[in-house]
Amino acid sequence: MFDNFPLWPQQASTTAGNVDALFIFLLIVSGLMTLLIFVAVVYFAARYRHRKGVLAEQVEGSTPLELTWSIIPLGVFMVIFAWGAVVYFKSRTPPRDATEVYVVAKQWMWKLEHAEGQREINELHVPVGRDVKLIMTSQDVIHSFFVPAFRMKQDVLPGRYTVAWFRATKPGTYHLFCTQYCGSQHSGMIGSIIVQEPAQYEAWMSGGTTGPLSATGEKIFAELGCVTCHRTDSQGRGPNLQGVFGKPVLLQDGRTVTADENYIRESILDPGAKVVNGFKPVMPTFQGLVSEEQLNALVAYVKSMAQPGQAGAGTSAMVSPQGSAPGSKVQ
Amino acid sequence: MATTTVQPVERENYLNKEYGIGSWLLTTDHKRIALLYLISITFFFFIGGFFALLIRLELLTPAGDLVQADTYNKLFTQHGQVMVFFFLIPSIPAVLGNFLVPMMIGAKDLAFPKINLLSWYLYIIGGLMMVHCMLTGGVDTGWTFYVPFSTAFSNTKVIEAGLAIFVAGFSSILTGLNFIVTIHRMRAPGMTWSRLPLFIWAHYATSIIQILGTPVIAITLVLVVAERALHLGIFDPKLGGDPLLFQHLFWFYSHPAVYIMILPSMGVVTEIIACFSRKRIFGYSFVAFSSMAIAVFGFLVWAHHMFVAGISVYAALVFSLLSYAVAVPSAVKVFNWTATLYKGSIHYDAPMLYAFGFLGLFTIGGLTGLFLSALGIDMHVHDTYFVIAHFHYIMVGGALMGYLGGMHFWWPKISGRLYPEGWARLAALIVFIGFNLTFFPQFILGYLGMPRRYYQYPQEFQVLNVLSTAGATVLGVGYLLPMIYFLWSMRYGKPAPDNPWNAAGLEWKTPSPPTTFNFEEEPVVTWEAYNYEELDAPHKQEVPVAR
Repeated sequence: MFDNFPLWPQQASTTAGNVDALFIFLLIVSGLMTLLIFVAVVYFAARYRHRKGVLAEQVEGSTPLELTWSIIPLGVFMVIFAWGAVVYFKSRTPPRDATEVYVVAKQWMWKLEHAEGQREINELHVPVGRDVKLIMTSQDVIHSFFVPAFRMKQDVLPGRYTVAWFRATKPGTYHLFCTQYCGSQHSGMIGSIIVQEPAQYEAWMSGGTTGPLSATGEKIFAELGCVTCHRTDSQGRGPNLQGVFGKPVLLQDGRTVTADENYIRESILDPGAKVVNGFKPVMPTFQGLVSEEQLNALVAYVKSMAQPGQAGAGTSAMVSPQGSAPGSKVQ
Repeated sequence: MATTTVQPVERENYLNKEYGIGSWLLTTDHKRIALLYLISITFFFFIGGFFALLIRLELLTPAGDLVQADTYNKLFTQHGQVMVFFFLIPSIPAVLGNFLVPMMIGAKDLAFPKINLLSWYLYIIGGLMMVHCMLTGGVDTGWTFYVPFSTAFSNTKVIEAGLAIFVAGFSSILTGLNFIVTIHRMRAPGMTWSRLPLFIWAHYATSIIQILGTPVIAITLVLVVAERALHLGIFDPKLGGDPLLFQHLFWFYSHPAVYIMILPSMGVVTEIIACFSRKRIFGYSFVAFSSMAIAVFGFLVWAHHMFVAGISVYAALVFSLLSYAVAVPSAVKVFNWTATLYKGSIHYDAPMLYAFGFLGLFTIGGLTGLFLSALGIDMHVHDTYFVIAHFHYIMVGGALMGYLGGMHFWWPKISGRLYPEGWARLAALIVFIGFNLTFFPQFILGYLGMPRRYYQYPQEFQVLNVLSTAGATVLGVGYLLPMIYFLWSMRYGKPAPDNPWNAAGLEWKTPSPPTTFNFEEEPVVTWEAYNYEELDAPHKQEVPVAR
């Protein structure tokens, strides 16, 4: 009977329970506060209603009382704050070996590409019980990736990557909504997250693909001529990209940055922004020459070179169920 | 409790002193300017309300059927812009504040009467630009103008809407400036800071926000116009800009703007509760101080609108913490109002019913703010109907309830007539019920995950949306009623005595309606605010009942 009149959203991720627990705590706290105020107001209003000849008794105020009802709420607020911060931190810190999915949002469509190369539009297939990290960017305006059943939301911005992650806990089909207003068909920018049992998921994954994303990236890397400067020895005009991803990089101006997705992206589009120490700012910009999808592939390729000897061998983060990802994990 | 002394009707007052349209359009009398504002903001309230009605009708069914998607986007955009910038922000300060601030402190007028008139003209120029914008196609960016949608993608009248708000903003700045100078310089002898009505403290705090915050939104809108018209790269990443910079600038004003709406309303409610409890307000200095604390802390919490926008987790942490800090003074106010009722002698006239309504709705609005400030919950409910419900509880449930309560409370002073009490109590009840029916279901919708600004939605959200739309029609009736009986009372209402509520406050020592310069001679204040004990003492006709 509640199909058309649900009162509580479905729980389908590891985060959902944490968020709901805090939400219920807050419902109780604010319910009690409301009750307290309501009972006090109703009681006083009835008990001290105007009667002929009875005058109000003036009460000046009370500093101890004021302090009490400032400090106790503040204490309760700090508990809520801390609890909220813990839940948020957990859901903002993607686990290290999560499966990666690249998301490109545009008016009014979600384009999703798995690290293994499968592409989807407005649908995302994911397995139960595995961490999935979303690396998201937008081609035009700001969008927001929201899956109510996962209690997960992250704005998707043009010109940079934002990251989110989840671990689905229950097979099923769940709403994907865009929650940042993005123009005419904003409410049409919806999709489905299809959570499958691992076996089903593998069957789906074995469908048509153009090969892993990093392999696509390797091809683009060669086509655009990146490989002529970013050589795998130390003789190139650009830094050797082997093993760079995820490591700190010393810049020309003395700063150190971590080579994350956003840094790789920036270095392709605006190479002069953060030049690596010891190199000249000679790289041309690729702004306008590569699409968001190609950019994602390039990032995936650079990532795949994170461990020496694995260049082009597929993304190390991807662990197939048989554990046969080359070299990554020996069982 | 109304006394029965009836005044001679044709005594000279600010209304009948001069006639003719010119005497109104060129007036520098703060009371006449207040009425000019009253008429103009009521006009905009009904435009904004009409848009809201269409929005709720569209959402009656899951499919988008009543209007086109683009029309719907313009409706919610302009509902927001009209209600925020042309109704709520000017509502209490420009109408009740304009009318009452000089009278409450014993002054003849505001410090700068001509600037006061200028600010009304700026409001009207901005308002006409907004109306022109709406009539010639409108704007669809959402009231928030988020970039790069507003600067590079929307093909609607963004520039015109932005400039309309820019111009109206100066009206708000000048009003704030006028109030601050007036409160500092024009208090009657003996009207010390600690004797000021809390309505004045609330307006003082509001004015500080108006003059410090409004220039920031003005600058931001100019930058939006510059990027859109001249392609200067400020916010659009394609031009080398930063879209989050816009959000920081926008919310730096637009969060404190909520306090521009709610603080004056808190001031009104404080006056009403004191009067209808016949008591000095509990913890006067704490209530006064909490207004100032809200004004200061209000400037330090803006990024709690951006927890999922892509800011760093550490920034989010700081802004979450500060948001809880600003909740404390709000809670302190609620406790003090409640404590004021204790051992009072409580009357249930319409203004008090609105004040009770305010207490209930503001409490719910405030407490749901605690949900949104919790980082872990915000990432789920951000940009859903939960947020819509929350801020309507504050800005409509709180600010508008206070405004209506104040309009009833001071209507005898403003118009010289009494409104029909029975109808007014009925309207207060209808507004309270209609409001809760409209907005409470939206909390549930939001937690279920229904995003805001959706023109069509999945089937399972329909039942709650139907409830909300039904509530909106009830609410609409509740808002029309006062409009009708206020107009009716101007002609048919009983002439009001000078002090129908036997209320404290200098404004009640003036005739109803007041003369142009309010006081025959400058009052000298020798009593504390809310001296209800003294006021009630001479009226002891009956011997107190022995307990």
